[in-house]
Amino acid sequence: MSPVLAGVLQLTALVAALALAYRPLGDHMAAVYSSPRHLRAEKILYRCIGANPDAQMRWPAYLRGVLAFSAVGVLFLYLLQRLQGGLPLSLGFASISPDQAFNTAASFVANTNWQSYSGEQAMGHVVQTVGLAVQNFVSAATGMAVAIALVRGFARSRTGELGNFWSDLVRGTIRVLIPISVIGAVVLVACGAIQNFSGIHEVGQFLNGPGLGGHQQTNGGAVATQEVIKELGTNGGGYFNANSAHPFENPDAFTNLFEIFLILVIPFALTRTFGKLVGNVRQGYAVLATMGVIWLGFTALMMWTEFAHGGPALQAAGAAMEGKETRFGVGASSIFSVATTLTSTGAVDSFHSSFTAFGGGLQLLGMMLGEIAPGGVGSGLYGMLIMAVIAVFIAGLMVGRTPEYLGKKIGTREIKLAACYILVTPTLVLGFTAASMVLPDALGSMLNTKALGAGSHGFSEVLYAFTSGANNNGSAFAGLNANTPWYNTTIGLAMLLGRFLPMVFVLALAGSLAEQKPIPETAGTLRTEKPLFAGLLVGTILIITGLTYFPALALGPLAEGLS
Amino acid sequence: MNNSVRNTARLIGAGLRALLVLTVVCGVIYPLVVTGVAQAAFPDRANGSEVRSHGKVVGSSLLGQRYDKGTDKQGNPIPDLRFFQPRPSAGLGSNRANGVNTQYDLQVSGASNLGASNTDLLKAVRERKKWVAETYGVPESKVPADAVTSSGSGLDPDISPAYAQLQAARVAKENHLPATTVRRLVTRHTDGRTLGFLGEPRVNVLELNVALRDLARGQGEKG
Repeated sequence: MSPVLAGVLQLTALVAALALAYRPLGDHMAAVYSSPRHLRAEKILYRCIGANPDAQMRWPAYLRGVLAFSAVGVLFLYLLQRLQGGLPLSLGFASISPDQAFNTAASFVANTNWQSYSGEQAMGHVVQTVGLAVQNFVSAATGMAVAIALVRGFARSRTGELGNFWSDLVRGTIRVLIPISVIGAVVLVACGAIQNFSGIHEVGQFLNGPGLGGHQQTNGGAVATQEVIKELGTNGGGYFNANSAHPFENPDAFTNLFEIFLILVIPFALTRTFGKLVGNVRQGYAVLATMGVIWLGFTALMMWTEFAHGGPALQAAGAAMEGKETRFGVGASSIFSVATTLTSTGAVDSFHSSFTAFGGGLQLLGMMLGEIAPGGVGSGLYGMLIMAVIAVFIAGLMVGRTPEYLGKKIGTREIKLAACYILVTPTLVLGFTAASMVLPDALGSMLNTKALGAGSHGFSEVLYAFTSGANNNGSAFAGLNANTPWYNTTIGLAMLLGRFLPMVFVLALAGSLAEQKPIPETAGTLRTEKPLFAGLLVGTILIITGLTYFPALALGPLAEGLS
Repeated sequence: MNNSVRNTARLIGAGLRALLVLTVVCGVIYPLVVTGVAQAAFPDRANGSEVRSHGKVVGSSLLGQRYDKGTDKQGNPIPDLRFFQPRPSAGLGSNRANGVNTQYDLQVSGASNLGASNTDLLKAVRERKKWVAETYGVPESKVPADAVTSSGSGLDPDISPAYAQLQAARVAKENHLPATTVRRLVTRHTDGRTLGFLGEPRVNVLELNVALRDLARGQGEKG
């Protein structure tokens, strides 16, 4: 069997697995977020929190809940890292410096998991398991809660009420993320991912002799439990520096495909949840089709460019194997890299900086689309619904009719909020990249400035870093030395603003939609569940992103690929 | 004013309590329960898949390692050609891209991160290709890609079957074994794709070298 055929078969198996999980998981999540009943364990949690889970919140109250919870999360994680030196079970690692601790705290709370540290050399058991892994759960549950609040905005009428944030947060964690994580973690351990609490210890080596060591030090850790939620919650922060390329995180070809499945399963299934909650599953299928077309298109292009292995070094090597593991090969690595950049995950099983120039461009473009195909857990759905609002607006302009979506009028207030949403990340990405290009300190961090094509790969590294941060992806063109005060601080800011400013606009939009009274469907209503609309939506997404980022892409990957 | 301060404080308090109870659930109970299950059901796997040879731990089957005779005056390792060599490894912090086998330090996992058009990478690939071709007596066109590129983790435990077969003749000579015997050993240690289509075919270098050493000492599987 040729590697290309094996790659296509793996993609087919992945699509089949996602299709099997789509209805049961989507329906389960719809039930989770609409059931009036509380589990006994949840009641205990609500009592500890001191919140009434049945109290309905209007959008400002919902937003205050999100922001208060996240602000506390940043502070807690910051302090945990700053105090690491004095904590037990920290493997002798020192406390993290202030700028790096801020960056990492912002990163994990914003569901980004950008890492300017090296896991096995900096973070002990307590910070990893009690700090970082917990944010992997709750930042994902927060994203899902905001998405559900927006869906309720479409589904409800003549009320401003969007549900209860504490209830949505707890239910998403307890009823969705934890059960899948427990099963997934056991599967990963069964395949070889490690799960223990041993410290740094010696492990024997094959050769013994003078100058050969015979022993090496290695880290233990609760790796499988963190690995599974890192993928499932589209977080992406690896236990080890090599992330999912490390054999202890991703031991074989099966776990590799399983991890890709975990990344994609909730974002895709949420479109079913959306359809159920707005009372028309076909609306969900239209959104699913849009996501699916973009995702499959990107994956096909990525496999094509990686198998073609353009670029002098890869041509000399004979295949695009730099930064890729033997057990995965080119095909599976391509599938992983698209899944991780079209969602807000950022985990890597192969190193993006060493992909072909065109492949690196695809990864960048995937994040620049706003990570909506299928996107991060929750953030993918609300990002896509914002795009749908824009597409409906454009369609309305074409025929001269007041645009409406799911029986709600898209008026001045709604379109202003949607426009603000899509302006946030480009402003952050392009602004910070431009600033880095004129600061000598920032320029010194680029690894690949000696490349052919004079610095275009170096420019791509910086553009990639801010794109990854502001879009809450967290993967890196790791050639950039990002552990400097400038990058730690600016990328930290980009991550926080890129996560929470859009949430403000999403929740405000949800509130304004929920207050409207529904418009009855007429012969003139745009049928948003039809393929024509899905096509319009794909076009809108590509055109908006293309116009925003094309000049920057031309200076980076396009210049490198063409030189 | 007073009211809004009080409301904010109440909200922050709720956020803090929510974080703490969810930390107990997701950061304490969840990892401890899974660790318990993992240690009871799959203790070998959960503790790093150690490989033993004659009762002694010789490494992990999941992590690559180096097979060197020592280092030269510049501190570059000299590969021990009695054993199969892994992929080059330019793990974290390595500035040396010359020759093969320069890292495999378990605590500095990572990739070179050099781009496809990077001149250092191009130079390193050419040097490695020359070294493999000369050392194993094959034309440069026959050297597979995994032999001249470093992996994502820098700890890749595997090499391609092509790279293993390419090394077989020289390894056999160094061990005073018939080449066909070593080639058969490589074939026996070649794993196909999982379920026939997942990933790529591969040879686990540590397991192959353990079997090879037993064979060379006359204690191993007979060809």
